Amino acid sequence: MTSSPRTDVVVVGSGFGGAIAAYHLAAGGAKVEVLERGPWLRGTDFDHDYLLGKSYTRVFDFVAGDGMSLLGGNCVGGGSVVYFAALPRAPRFAFERHGSIGRRMWPAAISRDTLDPWYDRVSRVIPVRTQDWSEVTYSGGLWAAACDHAGRTANPVPVGIDAAKCTNCNWMMAGCRFDAKRSLLMNYLPGALAHGATIRPLHEVQKITRTDDGGYRVHYNEVDEVDYRVHTGGGTIDAKIVVLAAGAGATPIILRRSEPELGAMPEAVGRYFSGNGERLNTAVINEDRVREVLGLDRGDGIAYAANQIGKGPVVASWDRLDENLPEYSRFSLEQLYFPPGLGTILAQAATAGGPAWFGVEKKEMLSRWRSWLTIFQMTEDDNEGVFGPPPPTGNAYRISQQMLGRGPLRYDPTPNTLRGWAAADAEVRDILERDGLATVLPWTNDVVGAYTVHPLSSCRIGDDPATSALDDRHELRGHPGIFVTDGAAVPGALTVNPALTIAALAERAMPGIVAAARARGVDVRYGAPLPDDAASSPVTAR
Amino acid sequence: MEAFADTIIPGQKRSPDDRAIAGAAEGGGAVAAGALELLRTPATGITAGLGPLAAALNAHAETYAAERGLDLDTDVPAFVALPFEHRSALVAALTTPGHPEKDGWVLLALFSNMAYDSAAHMSTADALDQGHPGLLSMGFAKPDGDGLWRFPRYSYGRVLARPHPSTTASGSPR
Repeated sequence: MTSSPRTDVVVVGSGFGGAIAAYHLAAGGAKVEVLERGPWLRGTDFDHDYLLGKSYTRVFDFVAGDGMSLLGGNCVGGGSVVYFAALPRAPRFAFERHGSIGRRMWPAAISRDTLDPWYDRVSRVIPVRTQDWSEVTYSGGLWAAACDHAGRTANPVPVGIDAAKCTNCNWMMAGCRFDAKRSLLMNYLPGALAHGATIRPLHEVQKITRTDDGGYRVHYNEVDEVDYRVHTGGGTIDAKIVVLAAGAGATPIILRRSEPELGAMPEAVGRYFSGNGERLNTAVINEDRVREVLGLDRGDGIAYAANQIGKGPVVASWDRLDENLPEYSRFSLEQLYFPPGLGTILAQAATAGGPAWFGVEKKEMLSRWRSWLTIFQMTEDDNEGVFGPPPPTGNAYRISQQMLGRGPLRYDPTPNTLRGWAAADAEVRDILERDGLATVLPWTNDVVGAYTVHPLSSCRIGDDPATSALDDRHELRGHPGIFVTDGAAVPGALTVNPALTIAALAERAMPGIVAAARARGVDVRYGAPLPDDAASSPVTAR
Repeated sequence: MEAFADTIIPGQKRSPDDRAIAGAAEGGGAVAAGALELLRTPATGITAGLGPLAAALNAHAETYAAERGLDLDTDVPAFVALPFEHRSALVAALTTPGHPEKDGWVLLALFSNMAYDSAAHMSTADALDQGHPGLLSMGFAKPDGDGLWRFPRYSYGRVLARPHPSTTASGSPR
């Protein structure tokens, strides 16, 4: 064996799962190396620009699979840099779901009640707050008013946004230029760095092998900072503990690629993938009806025409998050902004021949883009996604120099999932087509399959070794010392935005991971105070 | 390639004898928005495939026309010779789930659309300054003088719905 650099812990990925692990392990005294495949950008690096090569494509990945496309972060800070900072807790029933396995999917040790203290911790760090109506954007307000008109309720969503800094520019997916979004660049990551952790951007982990002394060797490629299809080098780092948090679209691929040398993986690695049951509907709003029926006016005679204004999702309707309803029929409906570039092609126009995603009527629909209102549905899907053989490197065959790739995920929605989508579509139609407020159609699933911005469950926790890859301590079954703390660990769809749940699970896993590190001879203790939540500027690359 | 892009987001003819653009819609479409410039941008990863895709598209157009007994002009490529409604039907078939070449045609459609809805081949602020037909038609707002977008007026500023009765203290569902 050639000699390889050594550390106590390698963390793969710097999103919620990785950043939280890096902070607690470093703060507890462990030597921590974070390997992040994406670049390291800071506030002023985040561009308001759709030009290929700007931050919008540098920090964001779109991986098309067979029947499912994944959207996610690709940068230091991971999903937290590109997400919309909606941070609700999952409803109680989400933890009680059986899914398709005929028994509770979640470990017995975890319920909403037992996770609430961990939710509390993350909520203090970010910090998470509930918006008041004066912060609710025109689009959120329109959705709220439409829900109210239809006899439904609507809630301002808990968020991790500094309202004083937010300009309502709606460029969140390219990273926040104004430091208003409380991404991990402002809390856990600077905390980890302050305690001596190292973050290596543009280091894409390919596989894990064993070392002679019972530890692990992490193999990475270095990625060109402009053309991600190009590798500029590579290497290995040895560690006593590996925390995998590459995201639900990459963690199982790294493990499957490692299998020939590491040994058999649990059956659930790369199976049970959930897209969080996600789906989008686009409503084209009738401005006159919105004024007449809902009494909305921006103060300048315009009723709405405000699709471009705002900060992602601000209002959600939770009427169907009812534990008394049968599984697969529960969902939340959240107003959302999805930027152009990817956010219009799948929207469908109504034509005489049926819905159309291209052509004359679609162009006419685009001319009314300011009057679009996009509704995001998070339903209960059936964990039907399965990853095929890993690509040669990374988690996809990269097509474009940045952003676009083709991945090995296969997703064929079951009747349960399709019923849930149909029920959510019908509910959106009932609310928004009432009294001629709008014309609504779902995005097509025929172009890039279904799609999710919240990939989950591809390497999940559970009590049953046959249907979960991890035990309830997030340790990979049969491979002691390897832990998974990202969205892959979440057992199934949550019916709400999952970021806070992923983070709370990572916080909950930390005492056990620290204990495992101690047992492997790492001088580390659990119990560091939470990172300073008053960071006002994001961490910068050194 | 122009005819394909024009099928995704149609536009008006550049001149009376324009054949690539079918003239199915008023105002600039994907071609006027810069679809070809974007497709020829190496960063897309599709540039090297444009020649083979164009050849394949014409072969599909010839097959399509033959199956339907359509006579095609031979002085332009076969896909260009197809009337607009037939171009649309062929593109729909090529991008339908299960078509063996679907991925390539979807990519072509994606970038054709992207040229129009986000001018991904040029700086967004420049595109707006230069009267980019897609962004202008969509009503995409102009940035402030420093090239950044801000919307100081963004809220109706009043309560517009009742929150769910089971909302917890943290503002989340029960």
